[in-house]
Amino acid sequence: MAMSNPLFQYTLRLGDDLLILSHRLSEWCGHGPILEEDIALTNRSLDHLGEARNLLTYAGQVEGKGRTEDDLAYRRMERQFTNVKLVEQPNGDYAHTMARSFLFDAYHLPLMQALLKSKDEQLAAIAGKSVKEATYHLRASSEWMVRFGDGTAESHQRAQAALDDLWTFTGELFESDDVLAQMTQAGIAPDMAAVKAAWSKTVDEVLAEATLKRPADGFMATGGRKGMHTEHMGYILAEMQHVTRAYPGAEW
Amino acid sequence: MTDVKNLEELFQAKIDAEQKIEPKDWMPDEYRKTLVRQISQHAHSEVVGMLPEGNWITRAPSLKRKAILLAKVQDEAGHGLYLYSASETLGTSREKTIDDLLSGKAKYSSIFNYPTLTWADIGAIGWLVDGAAIMNQVMLCRTSYGPYARAMVRICKEESFHQRQGYEIMAVLAQGTPEQKEMAQDALNRWWWPSLMMFGPNDADSPHSQQSMTWKIKRQSNDELRQIFIDRTVQQAEVIGLSVPDPLLKWNEERGHYDFGPIDWDEFWNVVKGNGPCNKERLDARNKAHAEGQWVRDAAVAHAAKRAKRKEAA
Repeated sequence: MAMSNPLFQYTLRLGDDLLILSHRLSEWCGHGPILEEDIALTNRSLDHLGEARNLLTYAGQVEGKGRTEDDLAYRRMERQFTNVKLVEQPNGDYAHTMARSFLFDAYHLPLMQALLKSKDEQLAAIAGKSVKEATYHLRASSEWMVRFGDGTAESHQRAQAALDDLWTFTGELFESDDVLAQMTQAGIAPDMAAVKAAWSKTVDEVLAEATLKRPADGFMATGGRKGMHTEHMGYILAEMQHVTRAYPGAEW
Repeated sequence: MTDVKNLEELFQAKIDAEQKIEPKDWMPDEYRKTLVRQISQHAHSEVVGMLPEGNWITRAPSLKRKAILLAKVQDEAGHGLYLYSASETLGTSREKTIDDLLSGKAKYSSIFNYPTLTWADIGAIGWLVDGAAIMNQVMLCRTSYGPYARAMVRICKEESFHQRQGYEIMAVLAQGTPEQKEMAQDALNRWWWPSLMMFGPNDADSPHSQQSMTWKIKRQSNDELRQIFIDRTVQQAEVIGLSVPDPLLKWNEERGHYDFGPIDWDEFWNVVKGNGPCNKERLDARNKAHAEGQWVRDAAVAHAAKRAKRKEAA
């Protein structure tokens, strides 16, 4: 199935990552640690949602079966979602939320910068819109990592624990498979080795300033791109989709 | 004594001449206290109001609706910020103001102590609750205290967008499937009377109103604003085929207004006193967010201090 339309698969992956991360961040709305951060988190969630909508809409067009952004968001089951497991992880404390975003942002920004040169014009255009936002996101999450690492003993310990917990989910960001190989060969997806190098450099620099330890690469979780998720995913979708599934065919 | 009396006369003359009172101007203690109470209640209402609506963000039935709702709840947070800032110009601190909310000492709009049970409630809140709030807020754009009036100008622009999007949600539901229409009507039934209560007690039972009118903090009475709201909203309900849950509602040709049934003020006072369906949940949620955010705020302060120290040493 994947091989029949790799551009659809690839675009869907990019969209699913942002849709699910946006959803997790939106859970914070109204519950942030301080009003300014509540606003910033919601902004982040909105930016990701906007990018997800562009990508899912485009994925539907590429697929050519008439599926809309909402069909793709609300009418697929967890085995059909292709996001990485990192973005579906629960919010936890604010250190977990920020570490999850930091690890993602450090990947997302160089990915979007590289996609500016994609041979697929639509993806390049979407990246063009996202680069500005992604730059801001990475700056903000990096600043929080530094504040936590170089803040109080408690914040340092919480940030380190978050990194240690989430590190296993970072390998998946750079995994290769046939879909990606074809897209890279076609000049649509960038060279992921370069994206990984940029990610690794950011992580090292920020963690050094934060006086936090980069966890050792051990077992790396996998499977998200093939629709093999953690148990959290089903609950995310149950919540997200329940209204539309309860009233089939209704318009909102 | 004569000095204070002169000051009070000058103050009132300024208000009568439609000049704004600014933070550094002399003002009677009671004027200051009234404003601190009103502005901080207003700020708390924005912040607590994020909870019933935020309740549906993760369940919004389309990505477009989700984006709009996120943006709307974010706007409310922004309004809370402007208003906390406006109240700080009167010599209070944001920490103290928020502590008063968390301890239950300060009040916020009772409407947010009602639960959001279905998606249609998000439409009803935008249409009715924001619609009622706008009536007050448009008036407050001309309130006598400068920082409050200026904050309200910004807030009103966003609130009118909120009201329209809420009405649009209801219109789509009302024209949708029978189940959707039922959901919309049920939401209107539940939110109608609490929305009318948002304007506060009848003028005869509102002891502080007269002083607030003289000081031009308020410019229209509770009953006047409530009537304008009813006249406008009844027609909007008719346009989308929903019926207002008041058997006594009737157009009065002579008055040029709708007559309406009695408001259950016992319910109103009961909710104000803390016995609404969600009073405890709302305060618990605010207290939980505040307590769990403590280490985050501490870290930010500690890091800023370290940075400042290093800068000094360098």
